Parts: sequence; structure tokens; C-alpha cells
Amino acid sequence: MKLNSNIPDGPLDTKWTNYRSKMNLVAPNNKRRIDIIVVGTGLAGASAAATLGELGYNVKAFTFHDSPRRAHSIAAQGGINAAKNYQNDGDSVYRLFYDTIKGGDYRSREANVHRLAEASRNIIDQCVAQGVPFAREYGGLLANRSFGGVQVSRTFYARGQTGQQLLLGAYQALSRQISVGNVEMYNRHEMLDLVKVDGKARGIIARNLLTGKLERFAAHCVVLATGGYGNVFYLSTNAMGSNVTAAWRAVRRGALMANPCFTQIHPTCIPVSGEYQSKLTLMSESLRNDGRVWVPKKKEDVMAIREGRKTGNDIPEGDRDYYLERRYPAFGNLVPRDVASRAAKVACDEGHGVNQTGLAVFLDFADAIQRYGKSEAISKGMSNADKATITKLGTAVVEAKYGNLFEMYEKITGENPYVLPMKIYPAVHYTMGGVWVDYNLETNVPGLFCLGEANFSDHGSNRLGASALMQGLADGYFVIPYTIGQFLSKEIRTPKISNETPEFIAAEKETQERLNKLLNIKGDKSVEEFHRRLGKIMWEYCGMARNAEGLKKGRQLIRELRKEFWSDVFVPGSTDEFNPELEKAARVADFMELGEVMIVDALTREESCGGHFREEYTQDGEAMRRDDEFTFVSAWEWDENEPILHKEELIFENVELKTRSYK
Amino acid sequence: MSDMNLTLKVWRQKNNNDSGRFESYQVAANEHMSFLEMLDVLNQTLIEKKEEPVAFEHDCREGICGACSMVINGRPHGPQGGTTTCQLHMRHFKSGDTITIEPWRAKAFPVIKDLVVDRSSFDRIIQAGGYISVNTGQAQDGNAIPIEKDLALQAFDAATCIGCGACVAACPNASAMLFTSAKVSHLGLLPQGEVEHSKRVQSMVKQMDEEGFGMCSNTGACEVECPKEISITNIARMNRTYMGSVFGSDKTV
Repeated sequence: MKLNSNIPDGPLDTKWTNYRSKMNLVAPNNKRRIDIIVVGTGLAGASAAATLGELGYNVKAFTFHDSPRRAHSIAAQGGINAAKNYQNDGDSVYRLFYDTIKGGDYRSREANVHRLAEASRNIIDQCVAQGVPFAREYGGLLANRSFGGVQVSRTFYARGQTGQQLLLGAYQALSRQISVGNVEMYNRHEMLDLVKVDGKARGIIARNLLTGKLERFAAHCVVLATGGYGNVFYLSTNAMGSNVTAAWRAVRRGALMANPCFTQIHPTCIPVSGEYQSKLTLMSESLRNDGRVWVPKKKEDVMAIREGRKTGNDIPEGDRDYYLERRYPAFGNLVPRDVASRAAKVACDEGHGVNQTGLAVFLDFADAIQRYGKSEAISKGMSNADKATITKLGTAVVEAKYGNLFEMYEKITGENPYVLPMKIYPAVHYTMGGVWVDYNLETNVPGLFCLGEANFSDHGSNRLGASALMQGLADGYFVIPYTIGQFLSKEIRTPKISNETPEFIAAEKETQERLNKLLNIKGDKSVEEFHRRLGKIMWEYCGMARNAEGLKKGRQLIRELRKEFWSDVFVPGSTDEFNPELEKAARVADFMELGEVMIVDALTREESCGGHFREEYTQDGEAMRRDDEFTFVSAWEWDENEPILHKEELIFENVELKTRSYK
Repeated sequence: MSDMNLTLKVWRQKNNNDSGRFESYQVAANEHMSFLEMLDVLNQTLIEKKEEPVAFEHDCREGICGACSMVINGRPHGPQGGTTTCQLHMRHFKSGDTITIEPWRAKAFPVIKDLVVDRSSFDRIIQAGGYISVNTGQAQDGNAIPIEKDLALQAFDAATCIGCGACVAACPNASAMLFTSAKVSHLGLLPQGEVEHSKRVQSMVKQMDEEGFGMCSNTGACEVECPKEISITNIARMNRTYMGSVFGSDKTV
């Protein structure tokens, strides 16, 4: 299979503009006759469904949640990047493009990333117009903060709830289109298969989660915006329901899975506390603007902290190792996520971890509180303020910036982070890999599009902070509404697609049989147990550091687990009712297949880049990329026995490939 | 890490046609677990015994998606103020406690199964007007309209509503005034949303009434139980606009 990225010709900075000007359009009278299915209602899905509805297409939107507003985009905390240069600090479209390419360790497409950087500016305008209450300065203009891997301040935010506010904006736009009948909303419907007719994506099989009945939906094309697959690790910052099923079912129908091993381990999460744990909670990267990461230098201090005889506050300044500031003076605590995570792992592997499990480092706000406190005191004319006053004033500033995060931390851990330094550890957070798409966001299956975290296109092997929200909304508001026309302009003579054709009937039957099979195993182990075991295998052998031997072992273990699952899982209830255990079982079954492809991908990528760190390929303790051999996208075709690799060469015409340095 | 032994009285209801009943279970927990993780433990033991697990809604487990919805010992989201069920931890209970767990109870939130209710009425209230009518591409520059910082913060505070429905569950009249007024305030306080403000208020209130939510009688329970601490002053603000727009203008919906 020859993969064509369909990147338009011409200079980088005018590609998208020129392409848009010459693109095929669908006339308004034809739009009314065309049906589009959008699966997923997160930032990408909701913005796409709303915008396509506004354009006049007939949209059917699907979510497995009880409401489109619950999609996991809602939990994104820190912010959204945009090359507005409101701070006059030298930002530009090119710089955002460059930072993203470099941050992604040169494993993403130049043309896609440049388009993303261009669209970023429109996103902020659009969201403000929708009423998204971004943080503002006293002058009433929009405020910014910094995120990892960049040296400008371009992140727009709404306290620690930016994802919520952006999603509500998209949800409201979607609600408006539902109210005027342009979008038909199907809540509590989970896509369980993709239906192809004559090679084109023409519909889906969805299970009505309330009645358990399978339903057939037909359309001229299908758009997937179903999020990432971080829950393959069981413990992650993803929501409990986040899953790969819709995307994976598309892969089973011929779509390709690109760079699946590129997973992001986020450096600042609340550490694991016990076996019963169901998920991990992120502490936004924005905290690294003000928090300093450190571990005690002396092992006796480490032991004293672990045994509860000392706290972080008892360790004198000279006995602390601010290891990020020491190792990466240029970026300090704001190095990109992959770098920060590995550094935390190194500190803990060397025995400096500061909780009982030995897997935690400090994120300390004491300095920030003093700094802000002094500045507040001066601005209030208090030249001789005492330490308690300064601390009080500084605490108030920190609270205004990160209040909800600190509160969440305290609720979960029972410790007060204004007084004691936070304890954090890396956790699985985001997946850069995803369904392969071309420049139009169309997969190799004609008529099947994929947006947001579910596709692979923009973040290479490491995503920069505050770029996921940007990509989801760029794809949904400003890319797909145009590029979908490239496909649909050829479909204006295609009559309404019927859901009664043999393809639909057969797909429904296959899905029903699969569900029946899950219920009829009637084994002895719960779905949860299999998911937990899968997660442990993935974390151990395909997590923060990987090597060939471990990956081979991991693959073997997953195969055995899969076999055991299909002979010993117990799923209660029946298929024709509301049955959350059955939903979970079908998702875990798909995760197990995906997990194996991730491992195969990690094994064949014999280099270290971004989130993919192969212990065999390092230089001076840092990741070693091998551009001569691995400057390509690995797109995997599913095969029960041996997944098949297809390569898309990455061509860099504008950026020179360099060793990434944040020193 | 201390172990706790708890007795749970959980509302079990097969579906909307079933009348439902409380059933008692014993569960072993520890103080570091979240409330939902404690229920996970219960469900694991039920599954091991080949019994039906308790159905409950949950997703992000970070207190932001608004999915979790249960009345714990008579209080929506349990005893800790400003906290969703998923963020409630077992350290707020002690060994030997009996904990009663029920679904939201309101006519406009019919029970689907056990602790799961249908909250689509909230979506329909938003669809009635809880938005600003702007198509993609119509926006001017984000800094074109300066907005006073305090005003933006007030709008933000109202916008933090997670749509969980605890306000309705807490209200003796099952009123959705706090939910509706939070959206009305969020959009109405901002200059972008002011244009449609009075029409929005009327449409959303009309839909709220049609869904079967009760009237507000200023009990204030909604504000107390709201996990995002949305202020009841939003209701006052909505009432002022509603009165003004119904009686003081010729614009009615």
C-alpha cells in the first residue's frame, strides 16, 4: 500500500491558504442532501459536528456518554496555545510551528503542524465570541502563561479548567445546531463497527446503551473523533470510559494505526497509592511555571521522609537537588513532558523517591509564594511586611492561579500543598499515535476521517503542553469543514445511503455475535482483572523506558492474556439491557489487540524519540534519535498473526533536524 | 493505612418499571480510597459471586465531568462540601459506619437502573438557548472587546457548573433554577452574550418548566450541595432578567 499524505505543493506558509482557495466546494443545496456521521463529542467531535451543521450538512452525532458535555476534553486543565503574540515576546505562527515540530522530536508532518499553528489564532477568537471566560488582565485583555518546551508566553487559560470551558463552548455551539435540527444527537450510543460499502466508509453499527439494541446508521461519510487510547495502561489520567474501540474497529476494517507506541507520560500526576486505585489524577503542567521540582540529595533524608519522620520543609536548601534546573538550565522546570518524566524516573530509580513506594518527587511552591508575596506587599505599599504577611499574600496569589488544582490535590491526598510540597510522579496521559490520516484528515479508507487525539498527525513523538486542545479545535472548527468537501464534492450525485444493504446487515450480525460470545464465556474472572493485568504488562514493558527483550516478553504475555480473556472472562447480565460490564468487556478486548500492535511498533522503532525511549539508543544519558533510518511514520495494518508495517517518509523542507536540547 | 468495615444500603432498581428497594452489603475499604473506588470493590465482590454489580455513573473521577450522581446519607455527593462523589475519600467515614446510597430523585431525572438517572432534560434546557449565536468563522479578534477582570471572573464562576444535577437532587421542589441560572449568568454577564440575554432567559426558563422541574422557594439547599459552589445569587440575577423581560418588554418567546 502506498501512503499518500496529499500535502499540497508550494511554500509552507501559503500551502493551506492556497489549497483552501482552490478546494472543491459543495453547494448549499447539495449540502442539505448529504449525511455525515460524527462519532465522539469532545473538542474535536463537538466542534466538527457544530460547524458542519452550521454549513448545512445533515449531521448525526454520537457519544457513549449521557450528554455530549461529558467527553474527557472537559478534564483538560492548563490551557490552549495560540500564536497571538499578545505578549509582544516574539511569538509568531512560525515559532509555534517550530516549537511543535521540535517538541515532537521531528516525527510529525511539517505541513499539518504549520496549518495547526495558523488556525490557533482563529480558535481563540472563536472561543471568546462563544463566551469562553478566559483569564484576563486588569486592563480587560486576555492573559497568557507559559508551558513546557517553549520560551514565550502563548497559553490562554481559564483557571485550571480550560478544557471544561472550551468544551462547554463547543457543546453550546453543538446544542444550538441540535435545536435547529441540523444535528441529530445520539447520546448513550457506542460505535461498535464501521460499515464500508464498495470500499468507502458509509456508516456505523452503534449499540444503544440503554436498551442494548444494535442500530445501523448510514451516511455519505464518517468522522471519528473518539479520543486517545491511554487506558490501555489501565492506570492513566484518562477518564474511566475513554477507550479505543471506535478507532480500533475502523482499523479492523482496514484503516491504519500510526505510531501507536508514541504515548505521553505526563510528569506531574498524583502518585499511585494502592492496588485498588482506578485512575490517576493529573496536576496541570501550568504548575511548573511556579513549582520547583526536587528530591533530597541525601539518602538519609529520603528515608526520614518515607518513614514520616521529616517532611520536605525540613530539608535545608543545600541538601535539595533541583534536578531539572541543574540538568537543563535553559528551560529549567519547563522542559517538555518526556524529558521531565524521564528525569523523575531517573531520580527515583537512583533511590531518591519521596513517598513510601519510592515513586514520587517534590513539586514545591514555597519560593513562588514568597516571590508573589513580596511583590504583592510592595504593590500594597507595605515595605516592611513580615514573613507571615508575605506568605499570606503570596498564598492568595497562588490560590488565584491554581486554586482548584491545589484543592483537588488536598482532597485526594489529604495533604495541604500550600504548606507541604506536592508529591508527584509521571503517569500515562495522552497518545500521540492514532489512526493514520492524510493532509485532509482522511484515513486510507475513503470517506473515513479522523480528528483530534484519535488521529496521529500533529504531535510527532511528544506533544507539548496546551497543544491538545489547540489540535482538537483546529481540526473540528477550521480544518474538517473545508477538507471534507474534497471527498463530498465527488458524492453529490450519490443518493441517500441505505442502512438495509447486505454490508450493514452483515456488520450488525458480526457485532451481535461478538457480544454474545463475550457473554457466553461465563468464566471466573472479571473484566476489571484482565484490564488491570493488561495495564501492568504495558507499563512494565512498553512504558517510560523500553528495550527489545522486554518488548518481546510483553508481547508474549499479552497474547497469553488475550487467550485467557476469551476463555475465562465473566460478563454478567445480558446484551439487551443497560450493561456497563459488557461495554467494558468489549473495550478491554480491543485494548488487548491494540496493546500488541503498540509493542510491535515500539520494537521496530530502534531509536529513542520523544515519549518513545529505547534503552539501547541513548547518548550521554539523553535520547538518541536515528534520523537516517527512522524519519518515517509507522502505519500498521491489522493482521491477527503479524501486523503489517507501511511507511510514510517524513520530508523536512523547512526545518533542520537537530538533536533536541533544552540545556 | 487503616482498614474499614462498612455496611452499605444501596438502592437497587432493575429499570424504570421496577419499583426499586434498598439492599445491604458489607464492604472492606481503606481510608485512601475514593468513594467510587470503594464501590468498585463492592462490585468486584458481587461479580465474583456472579451477581449483578451496582450500576452507577462515573467517568473522569477528577470532579469535572459531572457524571457521578449519588445521594450519600441523604446528601447529594455526600458529606464533604464543594466535592463531587468521585473526589470524596473514605477518610471522611469511619469503620463500622452504615452508608445509605441512593440515586438523584426528581421527576425530571427518571431512574434508568440502580443509581443511574436520565439527565437529558439538562441538555434540552441548554438547547433552548444556553449558547451565544455565533457561527464558526464569524468571530472578531479575541482582544477586540476588553472585559473587566472581575466581570470575567464572575462569568467564569457561574460557568464552572458541571451539569451533575446535585442542585435538583438537593432541592425539596426538584427545581433546576441553580443550573439554569448559572448558564444564564455565565453568558449574560459577558458583553458577547448580552445581546440575546432576555430571549435566552425566557426560552431556558420555559424549557425548564416543561421538563417538570419544580419552582424555587429560596431554600438554598442547591447552593450548599453544589460541588462547584455555584452561588444562589445567580438565581436572583436570572429572576431579575426574567421579570424585566417578560413584563418590561414586548419580546416574549
